[in-house]
Amino acid sequence: MTSFLGALPGAVSQGLIWGIMAIGVYITYKILDVADLTVDGSFCTGGAVFVMLFGSGTNLWLALLAALLAGTLAGLATGLLHTVCGIPAILAGILTQLGLWSINLAIMGMKANVAINLQDNLGRLLVSSRFVQGVAKGDCPLWQHPILVVGLFTLAVIAVLYWFFGTELGASLRATGANSNMARAQGINTDVNKVIGLMISNALVALAGALLSQYQSFADSSMGKGAIVIGLAAVIIGEVLFSRLFRNFALKLLAVSIGAIVYYIVIQAVVSLSDINTNYLKLISALIVAAFLTVPYWKGKYFAKPVNPAKKEASPHA
Amino acid sequence: MLDVKNIRKTFNPGTVNEKTALDGVSLTLNDGDFVTVIGGNGAGKSTLLNAVAGVWPVDSGSISIGGADVTKLPEHRRAKYIGRVFQDPMMGTAATMQIEENMALAARRGRVRTLRPGITRDERDHYREMLKILDLGLEDRLTSKVGLLSGGQRQALTLLMAALRKPDLLLLDEHTAALDPKTAAKVLEATERIVQKDQLTTLMITHNMRDAIVHGNRLIMMYEGRIALDIAGEDKKKLTVEQLLARFGQATGSDEADDKLLLG
Repeated sequence: MTSFLGALPGAVSQGLIWGIMAIGVYITYKILDVADLTVDGSFCTGGAVFVMLFGSGTNLWLALLAALLAGTLAGLATGLLHTVCGIPAILAGILTQLGLWSINLAIMGMKANVAINLQDNLGRLLVSSRFVQGVAKGDCPLWQHPILVVGLFTLAVIAVLYWFFGTELGASLRATGANSNMARAQGINTDVNKVIGLMISNALVALAGALLSQYQSFADSSMGKGAIVIGLAAVIIGEVLFSRLFRNFALKLLAVSIGAIVYYIVIQAVVSLSDINTNYLKLISALIVAAFLTVPYWKGKYFAKPVNPAKKEASPHA
Repeated sequence: MLDVKNIRKTFNPGTVNEKTALDGVSLTLNDGDFVTVIGGNGAGKSTLLNAVAGVWPVDSGSISIGGADVTKLPEHRRAKYIGRVFQDPMMGTAATMQIEENMALAARRGRVRTLRPGITRDERDHYREMLKILDLGLEDRLTSKVGLLSGGQRQALTLLMAALRKPDLLLLDEHTAALDPKTAAKVLEATERIVQKDQLTTLMITHNMRDAIVHGNRLIMMYEGRIALDIAGEDKKKLTVEQLLARFGQATGSDEADDKLLLG
């Protein structure tokens, strides 16, 4: 139990980082109504770009920006495959993800794993798992705690998205996902909007990848594996927990972030409180997400409230 | 206002399901014309409307609206000229968005969407006033999600949205067919009011012969992908259902004045 409590701040920090990725997944899955599998590749792209640039002495913020732009390009690739080449969205995402595997390795100089040298660079880092321990021991000031830093990142991301989806362009993106027929009838270019949405989504995913590689001080070619499932888990957990409470768009995004944190705490609990082989974690994740996706479907199918027959007879049809 | 010249459209060419839906249709609408379109199932009514709206490209022929050739323009670019209401009440509005958000989207039809606010305070007041025209109490529910509205309310809202920015052409594709008779009458009434108010050039498909006769200043009847009858002016005002059926029989050489047409 103490090991679990001790690991909590780390789990929350990681959950927050994955939460930013999950907000990206929310944009495609919930707003655009597209299941985008690019995520598994673009998450690592962000990490790889960041580690390579940062390791070679580039300014941290520039490296983060570059990672974000790299994610945008990944989204653009999937978007063009989907809209210009007419490939179904899921397959387009899989193709980009596959291609990114090679690209990510190429970015990392054909190595599967590149580390940030902490001895030279710890002082330049913004987020690091070292700071979790540092704050606990009193070696670092409290404001350096990853929960605070990544928390601020999350709030900034939510603020920008809240503003964007309230603009004319943002509203047209929501309409594209809600009803593409209606959107086109209102003069909205739904193809362009899907591409824009995929670009924004993957930008956030890559930003999260960059933050995670910073946090763990390395990028790994397989770091994005299963990211889409974690993203979906966060979206769904957030929805199950807060859908009745949070109606406002910004709060819904916050719920996604909290969903990711809950997910990481649960995983941490499983790891700490049982002596399970961590290789089973992916299986557990898949089962959790499958279960959460099943519940609302079965609820609607088998437990729907029957229509009041008296009311039906009173309707003017006959 | 609308100039359709000899358009053809064949679906599934070269297969057993090949179907010539439009077989050389030409149609000219003058400014302010309110044309009703009738015809049996598969006569090509909806295909004609979809061709004008640009849902897919036609095989041959040309379409121009207000003098601009739109034949090669994709659907979303033609939207600049066209307001549309669909048969399916779910199709014309975004269910997960608010009433005022839907209207704000329609108010920007055909314009470039920028990073300016998606809706302003002035717009809200304007929309509230406009919703009063419908007389459905929607003016008090501006921030309700459209998905909470009934089919009739959604259809009425779609109609209002189609006319929000005065369209060069209003296309109504059996927009009352999915509604119960009482609601259908109400939506049709609203249609008449909105079309009259701005003298909108309108093409309205209906399954109901009486509605087709009562509304509009011109009536066309389609049969096997062609326009079989075109009745306007005084002729149309005096028209009865019986006469219409008789003239349809003469024009097509078919006595399938079918039940579907009468009852549907």
